[in-house]
Amino acid sequence: MTRLSDKLESMRKAGKKALFIYITAGAPDFQTTVEAVKAAEKAGADVIEIGMPFSDPIADGPVIQEASVIALKNGATMKKILGLIKELRKFTQIPLVGMGYINNILTYGVEKFIDDFKDAGLDGMIIPDLPHEESADMRAVCKQADFHLIEFVTPNTIPARIKETCLSADGFIYCVSVNGVTGVRAIDYSVINDIAKLVREETSVPLAVGFGIGSPEAALAASEVADAVIVGSAVVKKILEKDIAGASELIAAIRTALDERVK
Amino acid sequence: MPDKNGRFGAFGGQYVPETVMPVLMELQEAYAKYKEDPEFKAEVDGYLKEYAGRPTKLYYAERLTKHYGKAKIYLKREDLLHTGAHKINNALAQAVLAKKMGKKRIVAETGAGQHGVACATVAALFGMECCVFMGEEDIRRQSLNVFRMRLLGSKVIPVTSGTGTLKDATSEAIRYWASNINDTHYIIGSVVGPHPYPMIVRDFQAVIGEEIKAQVKANNVNLKYVVACVGGGSNAMGTFYPLKDDKAVTKIGVEAAGRSDKEGDHAKSLTLGRPGVLHGAYSYLLQTDDGQVVEAYSISAGLDYPGVGPEHSYFKDSGIVKYVAVDDKEALDAFQLLSRTEGIIPAVESSHALAYLEKLMPTTKDDEAVVVCLSGRGDKDVQMVASILGEDLK
Repeated sequence: MTRLSDKLESMRKAGKKALFIYITAGAPDFQTTVEAVKAAEKAGADVIEIGMPFSDPIADGPVIQEASVIALKNGATMKKILGLIKELRKFTQIPLVGMGYINNILTYGVEKFIDDFKDAGLDGMIIPDLPHEESADMRAVCKQADFHLIEFVTPNTIPARIKETCLSADGFIYCVSVNGVTGVRAIDYSVINDIAKLVREETSVPLAVGFGIGSPEAALAASEVADAVIVGSAVVKKILEKDIAGASELIAAIRTALDERVK
Repeated sequence: MPDKNGRFGAFGGQYVPETVMPVLMELQEAYAKYKEDPEFKAEVDGYLKEYAGRPTKLYYAERLTKHYGKAKIYLKREDLLHTGAHKINNALAQAVLAKKMGKKRIVAETGAGQHGVACATVAALFGMECCVFMGEEDIRRQSLNVFRMRLLGSKVIPVTSGTGTLKDATSEAIRYWASNINDTHYIIGSVVGPHPYPMIVRDFQAVIGEEIKAQVKANNVNLKYVVACVGGGSNAMGTFYPLKDDKAVTKIGVEAAGRSDKEGDHAKSLTLGRPGVLHGAYSYLLQTDDGQVVEAYSISAGLDYPGVGPEHSYFKDSGIVKYVAVDDKEALDAFQLLSRTEGIIPAVESSHALAYLEKLMPTTKDDEAVVVCLSGRGDKDVQMVASILGEDLK
């Protein structure tokens, strides 16, 4: 078992919904990232996604694009992100999942990446531009290393593909709420909730819904079927303004909403 | 090629978000169905002939030939097509495909604006909506093409993210497509992007090479060399692909060497890059040691793309095509030379292919022939060249 699986299983047993918070590494600087992770955990985050900035993030909307540009401008590198993870592990055992694009990992070297980052304390990886068709090699290496490689479903994923995805699902399944990119907006979560129901029939791997969630109301709507919700842009926006208190407030409000719904 | 996974050897693939996968599959299926469909082919061929002006001439450039005094030089006159460049071949055929697939809207990216204008043109022709993403910086540099697209009824959407140029416009077009996939077809402008795009654009541009083959045969031309410029690589792929197995013909792709070999000063993806993933495909790429994509530079806005079509990467590694590069100054000299010797003002992109004749021609023999793909006309570049040459057009 990994930190991630332990956490999600214990939450499921307790009948609680998990809260994932995405934070872009190095935006606006690494010191702020460390503070933000501490604050997010304190405010009620269960899992932290560490965004690894890429020059051409095609799955991301304006806020995370901007965070990526700022992080890269301020000198974020894979080596520094590795350092960040080691730093975080000095004070927290919260599950950490990376979210980054495939080119940075290919450049680093797939096996070396998994060795180094797992060793530093990363529990798995979300790679938005690595669909199932392209992930076979990486999946094999990850499995060997007991390192989660996250699979995706979206509103457009057809049932045959859902079946295939579920067969190799590991850690959790990222349920993308909407056709499009990351960023807060009004979304009809019933679409992904219906997909999540289909996924449920295929696998017991936990489901996390992400994209568009920026308020307690949206988190509630998104977590109707799934085990967890992922909040990114709304928090990153506040972190970019160095408003850690504001980020904490939002996270705490979502936490409260998720917990109260269970009661 | 490509194989069922969209691979040309090690290159290509489908590195896209899951949201885009279903629509790539839909496109693969639709293309497999229509590409052998006689009705589809007849419709595309009809538009190419009656609307775009195909076949284009293979013109013997007698004075340019005399200038070098070696092999005969022929120009494949893609510059004579409607909208002034080969881009219309792909835009027309993809728009017909989009129509067959029941899509209502076209989305496209553009750098200099040639592909954007071609898409705006076919969207007007077929009564479809069209949005073109264009970097803010390019919009400023290419205001005439921006107005052209608007005149044709298209929306031009400025892209400010990243560095505000072609690569960012491409990312933004993919994002828009991912958000509107059910009614929108993305017409990518070159042999780049995720499978099946590199194959589809290649097939729709292969008419260039097919015509060259037939024209060379009909005129008893002793073809030894074909030369084409490479940015993303669509005119070059269209030229080379039908000749790829003809070992008697040396195929030369010319990249933009810009102003120096320093990072950010050139567009030598194949000749200086390292394989990586950009916009859905694994191919040679200009990138840092950490895997961040580096902005390309060239005097030619149509060549300054940091990636290149994956099949070109395969052609490079397998030695099917030789890739070289010429710099801004060499291209500008060729631009002026063709204007003066033949009365043809070439696009500054195509001028890169012409510039390589300086190195190639001395190695050729009198009884041989060289075909240069004149991918576009140079009207769009006149203002920029004037300012570089110190002429004030105001």
